[in-house]
Amino acid sequence: MEITYTPGRSPVPVARLRSVSMVFADGTHALDDISIELRQSEFVSLVGPSGCGKSTVLRLLAGFEVPSTGAVETTGDTVGYVFQEPTLLPWRTVAANVTLPAQLTGLPAATARDRAGDVLRRVGLTGFERHRPGQLSGGMRMRVSIARALMLRPRLFLFDEPFGALDEITRERLNEELSSLFLTEPFSGLFVTHSVPEAVFLSTRVLVMSARPGRIVADVAVPFGWPRAPGLRYTPEFAALASRVSTALRDACEVTS
Amino acid sequence: MNEADVANEADEANEPVTNGTVTTGTAENGTAVVVPARDARAADPAALRPVRPTRRPPGRSGRLVRLVAPLATLAVVLFGWWYGSVRILDPDRRFLLPPPQDVARVGLLDGDNRAELLGGLWSTSKVALVGLALSIVIGVLFAIVMSQARWVEHSLYPYAVVLQTIPILAVVPLLGFWFGFEFRSRVIVCVLVAVFPIITNTLFGLRSVEPDLHDLFSLYGAGRVRRLVRLELPAALPAAITGCKISAGLAVIGSIIADFFFRQGDPGIGRLIDIYRQRVATEQLLTALFLSSLVGLVLFWGFEALGGFVQRRRSSRPH
Ligand SMILES: Nc1ncnc2c1ncn2[C@@H]1O[C@H](COP(=O)(O)OP(=O)(O)OP(=O)(O)O)[C@@H](O)[C@H]1O
Ligand SMILES: [Mg+2]
Repeated sequence: MEITYTPGRSPVPVARLRSVSMVFADGTHALDDISIELRQSEFVSLVGPSGCGKSTVLRLLAGFEVPSTGAVETTGDTVGYVFQEPTLLPWRTVAANVTLPAQLTGLPAATARDRAGDVLRRVGLTGFERHRPGQLSGGMRMRVSIARALMLRPRLFLFDEPFGALDEITRERLNEELSSLFLTEPFSGLFVTHSVPEAVFLSTRVLVMSARPGRIVADVAVPFGWPRAPGLRYTPEFAALASRVSTALRDACEVTS
Repeated sequence: MNEADVANEADEANEPVTNGTVTTGTAENGTAVVVPARDARAADPAALRPVRPTRRPPGRSGRLVRLVAPLATLAVVLFGWWYGSVRILDPDRRFLLPPPQDVARVGLLDGDNRAELLGGLWSTSKVALVGLALSIVIGVLFAIVMSQARWVEHSLYPYAVVLQTIPILAVVPLLGFWFGFEFRSRVIVCVLVAVFPIITNTLFGLRSVEPDLHDLFSLYGAGRVRRLVRLELPAALPAAITGCKISAGLAVIGSIIADFFFRQGDPGIGRLIDIYRQRVATEQLLTALFLSSLVGLVLFWGFEALGGFVQRRRSSRPH
């Protein structure tokens, strides 16, 4: 595998929330004075109790929501966003779904085709170009969704619990694929999940949020090197780190419940 | 579930019951583990019985059933009709409901009558088809315009509903005064009657797009037109086809109503119906009724097939 950089070592920020609070129109106080900085080539996971505002953080960074107070900053490049559901267009083939971002942003068709072939190969879906989403398994649909997000070569990649609905084996395999993708593609990732092992396995850093209104209550660096072997999950160091994150998460849940 | 269940689900039925507690096995250090019995009945092996299925067994609905079932219904109806006509009605009152074979003989097998009816049917179908096509164009356009802004929807929707509630019989003569008594007015009546289901269903379809998909399009800076063409319209297609299925029958009805009133141009089924009514030609009246419902039915099946095709394209294997 060609490793193009050392993950998690760059000082250059690619996305930042500065003292952001978010109160929705109905009065729901989702985020409270939260600050997050994501630096280049970092892969940061965000864990926290359900409803604490994790999706809201991603939606703010993608520009889907405007913060009530505070500043949301990114480099302004296209953002890759992977939703919790694959969110594919059922009437389009896999290839046509993957080229959608190119089409919407006016990339030349020939470039789009080449790139589509490339990203589909990266997620292991070569040969499924002419299938429709309805004919794919849940894991394959998620791969299409990731391939689609890769189309515009984003520098900032946001994942909202993409593997939450998948079985454990598929989830672990996709984690490994995503991990090697992270090594070969120059993006920074912010990854929301409910799974502590997933967070630790994928990340250079894990952020733990409190129950609503969400704040960052722990920031745990993950010192493991790259590339990460699947067996890493069964080492004592991994277990120790996962247990630190779990404890912080449990404390975060108990604050209000 | 309490611990006893979890620990001994498999063998609890074989354990003896002692004073409301069940000795459910031996722990590692050799001491018996005693847990309270949850329910003494559960420990009696005789109390186990097969699970009663709580789900209804799925009905059989093969291709054959789809074909045979409606034909069987038809046979029952024909028989009831024949029985009512031949066995119940007095012979001198049989003209009120002539038996099926008489209707077929007079209405369909008689060359002149058949030519007259088919001519009328063609005229009515032409109007219905043009009216339906216009309804689809107008209905989809209205739905698109309404889907683009709430204020447009609020300004137009109530009047679209009014289309449904105006007594069409009162409007028909007015249309005659304004647009003449021929093809044009008939088509307008058709549209008035048929357009509403297309508007509502298409609008519903346009609005049914998942919010995540809208976010996805926002992420890539898609404007209104791209969003409409690449996301909302394709998403609305199945619902729009459902609207067309409903409107198909209405268009035929509209065409017949218009025919009934506008007595210039080719006579359609509506005018023939009026003539047969005056002549008390029940056989032809009934034939006219069947033929015109057949037109609606064929249109309905057409849209049904189209809907099925769209659905299959969205889910089945590539060819
Ligand atoms: N558009 C909205 N209007 C009002 N309240 C909202 C809106 N979006 C989110 N919320 C509320 O804000 C809070 C945070 O929502 P968010 O979706 O960010 O949670 P989450 O951490 O992603 O939860 P989960 O892990 O269950 O996905 C929730 O209480 C939610 O009900
Ligand atoms: Mg969420």
